[in-house]
Amino acid sequence: MSLLSAQDLAVARAGIPVLEGVSFALPPSRALVLRGPNGIGKTTLLRTIAGLQPPLQGRITAAPDAVAYAAHADGVKPTLTVAENLAFWAQVFGTDAVATAIDRMALRDLVARRAANLSAGQKRRLGLARLLVTGRPVWVMDEPTVSLDAASVQLFGDVVRDHLTAGGAALIATHIDLGLDAAVLDLTPFKARPAAEGGIASAFDEAFT
Amino acid sequence: MIALLLRDLRLAIRAGGGFGLGLAFFLLVAVIVPLGVGPEPATLAKIAPGILWVGALLSCLLSLDRIFALDFEDGSLDLLATSPLPMEGAVAIKALAHWLVTGLPLVLAAPVLGVLLNLPVPGYLWLVISLALGTPALSIIGAFGAALTVGLKRGGLLMSLLVLPLYMPTLIFGAEVVKRGAAGMAVATPLALLAAITAGALALLPIASAAALRVNLR
Repeated sequence: MSLLSAQDLAVARAGIPVLEGVSFALPPSRALVLRGPNGIGKTTLLRTIAGLQPPLQGRITAAPDAVAYAAHADGVKPTLTVAENLAFWAQVFGTDAVATAIDRMALRDLVARRAANLSAGQKRRLGLARLLVTGRPVWVMDEPTVSLDAASVQLFGDVVRDHLTAGGAALIATHIDLGLDAAVLDLTPFKARPAAEGGIASAFDEAFT
Repeated sequence: MIALLLRDLRLAIRAGGGFGLGLAFFLLVAVIVPLGVGPEPATLAKIAPGILWVGALLSCLLSLDRIFALDFEDGSLDLLATSPLPMEGAVAIKALAHWLVTGLPLVLAAPVLGVLLNLPVPGYLWLVISLALGTPALSIIGAFGAALTVGLKRGGLLMSLLVLPLYMPTLIFGAEVVKRGAAGMAVATPLALLAAITAGALALLPIASAAALRVNLR
């Protein structure tokens, strides 16, 4: 039984199809790394899987409330402290894992600091620590290692590995090797074809027919 | 839900949160109008209900675009949308936080400003009651406007254009309550209509706002 699977998925950005025919299954304790050149549709695919936009075609199967999404933006409030930021998300998701998350992402020395005064890498670590307080099994991450230094990448790799060992799963769009034993899905072959070549008509065309 | 309310309140009162901005604007309006209109007590007493209501409405409008824009910019709106909180609930809570930070201080400060505008004595009670009943509608209608324009660059002006016409019924009936109250007439009809607008907005607009947000997040 896979935690998350997609069958013949097609996704669109601003009404224009970018990917089609994407299928994968993500069983527990596995990670899947998405690769592909800029603009291929990694972010769009991840946003679709997170439920922020509907797929154009195909099906996403996931247990309800299984997916935790970490976007490009960290969603960190600059005027709240590190601890307050995490405590908020812990309350929203109904967990009490704040202390664990702070320790795991090496934020202990920064707990009382306002997020506005964090460096880009520290802010990123805070954003990723949010995944730990969600308590959700499937982590969907969009370029999680941006602005992290080598030590932090290593630290984060360990956190993801522990999450997988504990039966979780991870779907990661990244170009950096996190040191995970992960399957790689290259999205290049799934680039959506133009409608004239048998691809899906875009919503833009549809509006005029 | 409560976590979201507390977070929004905390963000509002921290530096740069804009707490008190609406109140200061309301105060300025009430101070400036007698300077412009002239000091005749009779004239001021006549226009006081309208001026106080228009001032309250514009003060509410000032801080509306902050309801969702900041969360949209730093990505927390995406994360809220994927969290277990229902979007409708999140919208209602954010509107409530806006009301507590903007509307409630206006309600409390209005009697003091009524003195500046020489509001007739029987009007004070009705001023507070009408603002207490009407300003929640301003916040929830404003949240709808903010949800519609959330992703737009410089959406604030467009939002004002969208929201102000929707504020008209609340303004008309709210000012009417105060006017009649000040003149010692029966206020039941405009008061009931004012409450009805607020109740209807509270029931319907969170759903519409959540739908608008979902479209804007795509």
